[in-house]
Amino acid sequence: MSKLLQRNYEYPVLSLLNLSIQVGEQTLVDKVTFDIHKGEIFALVGESGSGKSLTSLAIMRLLPQALQITQGSIELQQQNLFDLTEAQMQGLRGKKVAMIFQEPMTSLNPVMTVGNQVAEVLRLHLGLKSKAAKQKVIELFNEVGIPEADQRINWYPHQLSGGQKQRVMIAMALACEPDLLIADEPTTALDVTIQAQVLQLLKKIRDRRQLSILFITHDMGVVNEMADTIAVMKQGKLVELAHKELFFANPRHSYTQKLLADAVPKMQDKQAGSGEPLLSLKDLKVHFPIKKGILQRTVGHVKAVDGVDLEIPKGQTLALVGESGSGKSTIGQAILNLVRSTGGEVEFFHSADDSVTMNKLSDRAMRPLRRKVQVIFQDPFSALNPRMTISEIIREGMNSLQVGPQTREGQNKRIEELLVKVGLLPEHMQRYPHEFSGGQRQRIGIARALAVEPELIICDEPTSALDVSVRAQVLNLLHELQIQYGISYLFITHDLSIVPTIAHRVAVMQEGKIVEQGEVEQVMRNPQNEYTQSLLASAPELVRKALKVA
Amino acid sequence: MTDVSIVMLWTDILLWILLVVFIFGIRSIRRSEQARKQWRKIFQSKIAMAAGLILSTYFALAMLDSVHFRFIEQTTSVDHSAVEPWSLQALQQDFAEFTGNLVHDELHGKTLSLLDLGMQHLILSTERTYSAPFALTEYSTSIVYNEEGVQQQYKLLKYAGQHLQDGDTISADVFLQTLYVFVFSLFTTLVFWLVHGYFRIKAFIFRRAGQKLEPLPWKTFYLTLFMLIFALSWLYHLSNFYHVLGTDKVGQDVLYQSIKAIRTGVMIGLLTTLVMLPLALFLGISAGYFKGLVDDVIQYLYTTLNSIPGVLLIAAAVLVMQSILNTHNDWFGSTEERADLRLLFLILILGITSWTGLCRLLRAETLKISQVEYVSAAKAFGLGGFSIIRRHIMPNLMHLVLIALVLDFSGLVLAEAVLSYVGVGVDPTTPSWGNMINQARLEMAREPMVWWSLLSAFGFMFILVLAANLFSDRVQWVLDPRAH
Amino acid sequence: MFAYIIRRLFYAIPILIGVNFITFALFFMVNTPEDMARAQLGAKQTTPEMIAAWKQERGYDKPLFFNTQANAENKVIDTLFVQESIKLFKFDFGQSDSGRQISADIYERMWPSLAIALPTFIIGLVTTIAIALLIVLFRGSPLDTATMILAVTIMSISGLFYIIAGQVLFSKIWHWVPISGYQPGLEGVKFLILPVFIGVFAGLGTGIRWYRSIFLEEMNKDYVRTARAKGLNDLSVLNGHVLRNGMLPILTGVVVVIPTLFMGSLIMESFFGIPGLGSYTIDAINAQDFSIVKAMVFIGSVLYIIGLVLTDISYTIFDPRVKLS
Repeated sequence: MSKLLQRNYEYPVLSLLNLSIQVGEQTLVDKVTFDIHKGEIFALVGESGSGKSLTSLAIMRLLPQALQITQGSIELQQQNLFDLTEAQMQGLRGKKVAMIFQEPMTSLNPVMTVGNQVAEVLRLHLGLKSKAAKQKVIELFNEVGIPEADQRINWYPHQLSGGQKQRVMIAMALACEPDLLIADEPTTALDVTIQAQVLQLLKKIRDRRQLSILFITHDMGVVNEMADTIAVMKQGKLVELAHKELFFANPRHSYTQKLLADAVPKMQDKQAGSGEPLLSLKDLKVHFPIKKGILQRTVGHVKAVDGVDLEIPKGQTLALVGESGSGKSTIGQAILNLVRSTGGEVEFFHSADDSVTMNKLSDRAMRPLRRKVQVIFQDPFSALNPRMTISEIIREGMNSLQVGPQTREGQNKRIEELLVKVGLLPEHMQRYPHEFSGGQRQRIGIARALAVEPELIICDEPTSALDVSVRAQVLNLLHELQIQYGISYLFITHDLSIVPTIAHRVAVMQEGKIVEQGEVEQVMRNPQNEYTQSLLASAPELVRKALKVA
Repeated sequence: MTDVSIVMLWTDILLWILLVVFIFGIRSIRRSEQARKQWRKIFQSKIAMAAGLILSTYFALAMLDSVHFRFIEQTTSVDHSAVEPWSLQALQQDFAEFTGNLVHDELHGKTLSLLDLGMQHLILSTERTYSAPFALTEYSTSIVYNEEGVQQQYKLLKYAGQHLQDGDTISADVFLQTLYVFVFSLFTTLVFWLVHGYFRIKAFIFRRAGQKLEPLPWKTFYLTLFMLIFALSWLYHLSNFYHVLGTDKVGQDVLYQSIKAIRTGVMIGLLTTLVMLPLALFLGISAGYFKGLVDDVIQYLYTTLNSIPGVLLIAAAVLVMQSILNTHNDWFGSTEERADLRLLFLILILGITSWTGLCRLLRAETLKISQVEYVSAAKAFGLGGFSIIRRHIMPNLMHLVLIALVLDFSGLVLAEAVLSYVGVGVDPTTPSWGNMINQARLEMAREPMVWWSLLSAFGFMFILVLAANLFSDRVQWVLDPRAH
Repeated sequence: MFAYIIRRLFYAIPILIGVNFITFALFFMVNTPEDMARAQLGAKQTTPEMIAAWKQERGYDKPLFFNTQANAENKVIDTLFVQESIKLFKFDFGQSDSGRQISADIYERMWPSLAIALPTFIIGLVTTIAIALLIVLFRGSPLDTATMILAVTIMSISGLFYIIAGQVLFSKIWHWVPISGYQPGLEGVKFLILPVFIGVFAGLGTGIRWYRSIFLEEMNKDYVRTARAKGLNDLSVLNGHVLRNGMLPILTGVVVVIPTLFMGSLIMESFFGIPGLGSYTIDAINAQDFSIVKAMVFIGSVLYIIGLVLTDISYTIFDPRVKLS
């Protein structure tokens, strides 16, 4: 209480008043007003296109030229930023306000050492000479937890891991001790364990320096972890603004309620039972040769998948969880015979005692099985050929695999049915993919797979490129289809929070090996393997609470 | 009695094949809504509209110049009265008479194109030597023997200003003629506008309700059309009375040469791509899609070809070709056919040496596309390599192909001039801007300078290349997703 | 590094063999020694004996690829293809039709070519990059638009026009510089000014457009946004970040050209009477001297391949992500 009272007597670090941004006639940000106080972490939450990133760029005055600020003001330490000349603003950027971005991979200059990139800020704003700057960079690197700082300052970005690059970005932002740090989805591109570390670091820095942070994110789990105050944006408007406790305890706006509901994993308590197996992997290995030298001799192998045993029962879902590079997507491709497996078996069961070893088949012999096993991809933008209409896309499999009606009229009817089934309209048939949103495209991808009446669909991160609310809808659709047609899913994901919603069983993968598998509840609540435990421990508290992780 | 035979030159046939391909291209654009939208967007730019119209005019002239006839006079005379009226024979006779009247007597036995038919007066009005544009006399003095003795004097031209009465000045005459042409052009443009307006109104009435189309810049279109009609008819009309662009060393009309050179320029620009395209497409896609050994072989092939400096490879090949043509006189009947064969070989050589760039581009893009998920989805449907290439890879490469084609066009037109200068271009008897420049080069050293041949060639070439460059910029901007 | 260069040169051997085969195919298979002899000796009044003597004199009487009359390995070695290839790889180009040693001629004429090509290259590169950076700095402004219109116009005019117009204006009418000629040493500079100026100017259009698009593409990258967020001004962003990243794609197109500068320019040298390799080649083409053209084709490819190796090496200097291995 005393802290709250105290704040009222201090001027806010940042104060937005009625900020509106337009492109042409279209309003992208609509009269947004909020304050950020000293030492506060202010989370700006919203889905893609809500205007949250534009707001942050407007604070930096880095909006693209086509966009116009039509009204409102932004005050930093009572200084109206719109009154400043561009040169004055340049003196502020990096000194009073600093920013870190979503993609640490591309946000650093690839041909400059990371030490130099940090030192550049020091030289620019503090006028430090090279020796002093170097000393300061090493100090900063130590503070953000980059080991062997005196060596790493001479490294180039590509030599660092994603998490370390983000630490460099943070060091760069902290260099001149700014009053405000804008963090635009700083952990979205990172693996969950790294995300936890970076969030931890940001919090520590806030505590140590009394830094104000404007934290932009779409992830409610992260918000719950980090924020003191939360603002929700929807279609350019600020719909809710509240302190953390109040926000999670009593969300007022219906949109906020929906966002929260979709973000929290639901234990569905699916009974795994002992279904008949549909697909089983035995000691599956996919090794990629590393070639070197003039004659391209094979000098070693990347063991993407290294001896994996899995079983997918009929009509059930197996979730395959792992971080990037764990080899989980390669398993999917190996099942589809899109990459050749090096060893082991992929066995498909027509019935309990009639099975084929799929990965040993020739392309021709594989064809009848293609209709049994289909796939949905992660990126809804690259999964559909931009030059084909929706009807052509869906028709392709029916023609190629001779499934369903073979007359044009019959197929058209079937395509209409499929579109309706996945929640689209029949008249969408003649449209092209670019006319649809990400979620709609993912539905089209599902319709394409369904067209050949498969028994197993490999879902390769189908929801990770989607907004939370759309994600929930797509997961729901998949669930309904499973109940209706008894389809099995191999659900490949890095996101622990959706596993209990969708899966009967779960397998955890690390460096090409399955480290733990079992029924969802058992693995989630009582993980045996060390890696699984660390994965779960890194999940945001909101998720852990809902999962009731021990 | 005159007999007409159609003369098919190799390059004529190829150009007409290209036209058929082009028509099919337009049909497929009309069918696909996406492509239609893109092309509409291309022509929404005023510059592209004007450039496109200019390009079409050049192409149309080249096409007109690619239908060749030979008129042969028959010595046997037929008794008209012996033929029954309205019989087939009579019709044939009438036709022969009609065609006979089309051509001037002096041009019988020569190979003429449709374009030549309209410009016979220019072929016939050959002077003795140089004369400046709109001049009535030759450019340099000659020694004349007459009753006054030996004299240095500017001789009068045979075919310029013959219609002028005593006291008429050239400028007054030209002004009047220009006025006449202006009114004519205005009227012609108006006719176009009315006919077009009729179709537009019809289209507007039958358009689906609510369908909104971005308007095309018709104002620019008609302005350009008017200027084109005006310029061309001005040149043409005045060429009946003067040598509008002067005459060259042997007295040939420069305007005629410049216009005849259009065909050569357009041929080289278009047909080369026709030769290089299948090579680049086939090899580029194969390398990118099948990878492995196929890729290695194709990469080796284009690195090797690329490593030979372009001009030298072309020069070497053309030299060899010349020496072959010299030893195989039986391959062609006339000098025209020989010149045509040489043009064809030049186009082939240019095509074979210029596919590497596009091939490399297509290979890289195919590599990228074959990693994209919709290709994986197609594989999961059991589609074979050929179907995947046809349905998924080719359509996503077409914009690159198109951009490369329009970009290459202007480069090839410019290259023709350079190659002719180096001595490895088209046959010296083929009318081309390169040959004109090559011949005119020494004329610049004369005192006073003979500048009109050179400037005409550069001018005609500049308009074509500029139009092509501006058009290709727009095409690239619309079709290349990276350009935004 | 050294081992890498050796290995890259090793890669080049098959390419050179390919080039050698292409030239051989052009000059000996498509155009047989028989034809050559006839063309050389004049079409009429040549007896088969004269042709045979002509061929023997040059060693062209051997079979193309396979010598049935020789024994053992000589069946392959004692053939026209292998013999001619060996000569080329030893840079022994033989005699020209006028009886001079081609290798000596080439060595002598290399330097005048370089005297024009090198300054044109360097001044051209610096000017175009400078202008491109300038208009990227003022992107979207009328200056940008005007420069781009100018660039399209410049590139739409034939290079021959610039040469002829330049000669007429600067030499014939204004008498600023000599119209053509060459002289080694410092006094020769006056001969070089005009060709270098014209060479640079003619290349401006294409160059500016290309570099501008490269720099504009870099301007849209994330690291530029970071640099701005640091508080750098436009000039520092261009200079410190965009230029260095933009150099990478520029290097690919530019470094490969450097060795081929020795070859000179056909057109320039012939118009300006420079006794370099360009005019050497053009004279050979006009005289239909196959030996010289063949030699130039081979040298051109060798230089190009050296250019490829240099490109790779330059990448390792400018791009820390590329390691020689």
